[in-house]
Formats: sequence, C-alpha cells, structure tokens
Amino acid sequence: MRETANAQRGRTRHERNDATRDAPVVKWIVLGLGLAFFLVFLLLPLLAVFVEAFRRGFSVYIAALAEPDAQSAIRLTLTAAAFAVPLNVVFGIAAAWLISKFEFTGKTVLVTLIDLPFSVSPVVAGLIYVLVFGAQGWFGGWLKDHDIKIIFAVPGIVLATVFVTFPFVARELIPLMQAQGRDEEEAALVLGASGLQTFLRVTLPNIFWGLLYGVILCNARAMGEFGAVSVVSGHIRGQTNTMPLHIEILYNEYQFAAAFAVASLLALLALVTLLIKTVAERRQDARDREPQFNHVEPAVTSSS
Amino acid sequence: MSIRVETITKTFGQFRALDNVTVDFPEGELVALLGPSGCGKTTLLRTIAGLESPDSGRVMFKGEDASTKHARERNVGFVFQHYALFRHMSVFENVAFGLRIRPRRTRPGEAEIRKKVGDLLDLVQLGWLADRAPSQLSGGQRQRIALARALAVEPQVLLLDEPFGALDAKVRKELRAWLRQLHDKLPISTIFVTHDQEEALDLADRIIVMNKGHVEQVGSPEDVHRDPATSFVYDFLGSSNEFAGLVNNAALQAEGIALSVPELANYEGKCVRVCVRPHHFGIHCVEAAGRIAARVERVVEFGAVTRAELSAVANGKRLELEFPTALEGKVKPSAGTVLYLEPGQYKIFANQP
Repeated sequence: MRETANAQRGRTRHERNDATRDAPVVKWIVLGLGLAFFLVFLLLPLLAVFVEAFRRGFSVYIAALAEPDAQSAIRLTLTAAAFAVPLNVVFGIAAAWLISKFEFTGKTVLVTLIDLPFSVSPVVAGLIYVLVFGAQGWFGGWLKDHDIKIIFAVPGIVLATVFVTFPFVARELIPLMQAQGRDEEEAALVLGASGLQTFLRVTLPNIFWGLLYGVILCNARAMGEFGAVSVVSGHIRGQTNTMPLHIEILYNEYQFAAAFAVASLLALLALVTLLIKTVAERRQDARDREPQFNHVEPAVTSSS
Repeated sequence: MSIRVETITKTFGQFRALDNVTVDFPEGELVALLGPSGCGKTTLLRTIAGLESPDSGRVMFKGEDASTKHARERNVGFVFQHYALFRHMSVFENVAFGLRIRPRRTRPGEAEIRKKVGDLLDLVQLGWLADRAPSQLSGGQRQRIALARALAVEPQVLLLDEPFGALDAKVRKELRAWLRQLHDKLPISTIFVTHDQEEALDLADRIIVMNKGHVEQVGSPEDVHRDPATSFVYDFLGSSNEFAGLVNNAALQAEGIALSVPELANYEGKCVRVCVRPHHFGIHCVEAAGRIAARVERVVEFGAVTRAELSAVANGKRLELEFPTALEGKVKPSAGTVLYLEPGQYKIFANQP
C-alpha cells in the first residue's frame, strides 16, 4: 500500500474505486481530444492575434492604435457599450423581476421574445432598423423632416447594439431569481420594508454576482458586435466605425499589423471579461451552493 | 392583540382555498390552525399577514378593520416555513433588519439596535452565532433566528407557517417545548399552522381544525380530542376504525359485520358511521354478541404499546388494534389467532345527506 497518498492525488473518488473506474486509456483519449481542440481552435488563434499585432514591432503597434480613425473607432465602441450596458441592466432586471415574481398570461411568449435577439441573425437585426428608421423606411420621412439621423449615424449603432445584447442580463437573472423565490422579499415586506428598500437591501444583493456576470457578457458582446452594427453603420471612417468594423477595413486594405493591433485590444478585453466572469461565477456558486450544516465530505484516508 | 377574520373567501383559479371562513383568535393565546395540506390553513395565515388579499370578507385587528392595511403596516411577525432568512446577511443583520429599515424618525440608534438584537439572540439562545451566515446554521437554529427576526419589530401578533415542518423529529420536539416556554414568557397572540395533530394538541391553547377551505371545529385540545365534532376531525386526530352502514333494530350492518352498541337506537333507520380508536377495543378470546371476530395478521411492539393489524373474519376488512404491551400476557394476540373485539369507546356520526 505504498502508492496510496501520492497516486490518489488528483483522482476523483469514483476513480479510486475499482467498481466504478474506467480504463485509463479512456481518460487519456477524452482528455487528449479536449486538449487538442482547445489548442488548435482556441489558444492558437488567440496567440496568432498577439503575434501578428507585434510582428512589425511595438512602435507600429502603438501607432496603429494612436491613429485618429482607430481612436474614433475605440471611442464609438465605448459609447455604444456605455449605452447598451446600463439599458440592458434596467431592462434585464425589470424583465427578470416580472417573469420570476409574477404570474400573468403571455409569460412564455415574453420569455421567448427575450431570446429573439439570440435567434435572429445579427444582419437581420440591423436590417430591421434600416427598414424602420432608414431613408426609405417607415419613419424615414418624419425623421428627415425633423433632421434626426439614426441610420448611418451613432444612434443607429447604439440601437443595434442594444438589440443584439438585450437577452444577456435577463437570461442570467431569470433562472437565478426563479430559484430564489419570493420568500425573502415577503419576509422583508412584513418586517415593514418599502418596495425600494426590499429591492436595494434584499433582491439586489442576492442577484449581484449573477447581474455582474450578465453585465460582463453583455459588455463583451456590445464591444464585439459586428453584423448588426455593420448594416446600420455606413462605415464612415472616423465617424461611424466601431472597433470590429475598423479592423475589417484595415484588414481589407492589407494593413495586417494595424488590423491585428486593434484586434488585440478586443482580444484583451475578452480575456479580462473571462477573468471577471470566472470570479463572478465562483462567487455566485459559493452563494447558491448553500453548505449544509451537517454535510461533511468523507475524509480521504490514506494509509502508508 | 385579538384578531377576527370574517366571512373570508379566497380562490386561486378554480380552487377555493378559503370558503366563507369566520374565526376568532383571542388575545394572548397560542392557536393552532390544523388540517391536511391544501385545507387553506396557510392561505388563512397569509391573509391575516396581508400577503394574500381575500376575494371577500374582512380581517379585524382589535375590532378594527385591517383589510385595507398594507402588509408592512400590519405589524405582524411572520415566520416562513423555510425561514426565508436573508442569505447575504449575517445572523445579526437578519435580526436587525426590521429596525434598520425604519424611517429615520422612529429608527433606534446603533447602540440601541445592538442591544436589542443581542437581547433577542440571547432569548433564542443563539448569541454565539451572531456573525455566522444563515447557510452555516442548522435547520433548528435557522428557525429560531427567523423567530428572533420576527420578534425584533415587536409585533402584536406572531404568525408561524409550519414552524417545525422542515426539521427532524427530535429537534422538532425540543423546539416545540421551547416555543411553548417562550410563549409563556412573552404572551404575544400567536397563530401557527401545522398538519401534525400531535404538535397542535401538545402546543396550542386552542385548535382550529380546517378541511377543504372551511373550519370543522374550534376548541381546546382536550375538547377537540375528546369530542370531535365531525368524522373528519375524528379521523384527522388519530387512527380510526370505521364501520359504516344502515341502523336496523338498534344494530349496524356494516358490510357483513354486525355491530350493536346502545346509542345506535337513536339512529334507527339512518346511515351512520361508527368510529373506534385502535386502543378503544376490548379484546376477548370468546365469541359473544356485539363482538367482531378478526384474525391477527401482524403484531408489532413499540415499547409500552403494542399494535396489531387484523382482518375481520366476516369480510376481510382491515382493523387496527392497540393495547398496552403489559396486557399481552393475558390475551396473547399472535399472528393467526382469532380475537373478538368489543368497541369500548366509540363515536357515532350520522352521514351527511
């Protein structure tokens, strides 16, 4: 029995048990497939972005980012996200609250509608706005008369971004709030709390990490959205180009280093997003997995 | 505070949870709302708290109509079945919640809050848990914290929804005794909901038995137990052997079993149900008029009491029998033997038309 302690490290309980153990070859094949996929399809492209971005040197990298059109694209992307994320938080909480705490007819329809932006192609999402607000669209004439520009301008980009990111916060909160039920809110109510106090002191802290998770995903999508924004943008350099659109233009003009430099910013954003997401997820898990008082993991006994 | 609910009706879709219910809850009493699940007892409790609004009828607090008062203004303490402790707050903050959310004018100072919460935690004997999160507590501890939280706002009435439902049998018994002591110390009008007749009989000053949205009987535990008003109450308060049939010549013909007890003469020609508790049978070894012949199927000893399952010789009807274990030597029921049972105490209910 010498091998026990060391050999057992890193093995699950069902692996240590002869009765439930699979052949090691199965484990290695599954693990190998997963790792190979991860390397080729995920890690390699990510590395490629950074390698290409710095291929022509650090100064070229900085110059690509400092260029006025790139600066304008970054600003526009941040603007779109700055609109999309708060709106999403408000709509998301409202929708999740409605769906999880109240009973009404048409609830399933609403839940399905919330998912619409996920199921519709982003190009179609963009075209919807062109049809509605474009020069030939339903409100085109009225908008023109009042000198309001939506399509091929910043408002259109913001609208398209809000549309495609709409489900993130709501989708994250609905199952969470449904699982938590209404008991705590009712308890606050009979203790004399007002609606606002209940929301701020009971509901919001309970959904905080889930909300943060939704916000992060929403933000990532808002900054990375290409299709819908591309349709409504008009690609006016320095005015209506977001970062993803700017990257495409640079790439089409064979300015690879510059394209990858801007792309690396987006990739970096994705990495930071993933990091925060992991933390948020862990905090939420820790909270939801209410440790039971009497629940003790069986201790791992090792004999030598 | 005395409470009265008047002609309250509440429906959920097609389901009638409360059907024209009128009950009085006198000041300072510990009252049990007893009934099977779905009988409307929790709905009645929630209606008193203002968490449900009745379709019709009124809730009166101290003789004043409180129906239009918002739940947050009714000043009730409510302990939820699953406690509903605020999961992101410590035990201390949970108990302090009701004080902290008061408008500035009536909010006590920080020192006063600390003192008050400390006193309440001492009252529920859990002062040492003040900094824990609710998830780190056992079920019984959560229950007591939920109670302390409800008491913090100095409610005029305490409402408990299945207070011991989610606890294991031993903890339940301890907490029951503890709650009774607490009520004797702090005589707040208290209403608790339970489906456990033993709990209600053990704990309450007064029991309200409910069934299918209406009140079956109101009375002290002794009254309700000794003199059940309806066959439902009789059934619900303990196991019962039931014989139903037509009374003819002062004898009951219940599917082949003939039963003759004196009072049956009053029900001549009527359909009745005679109910006998398992421990109210006289056990005999010889046949005689008015005795029911039954074969013993199974005998199980539970300490001082022995239970037996029998089947009537006449029609195979299952019967339950209970007798002191000490008696066993005398009669010795064992599987396979035939006994002759004579109803000692019983209750007769005329069938509702």
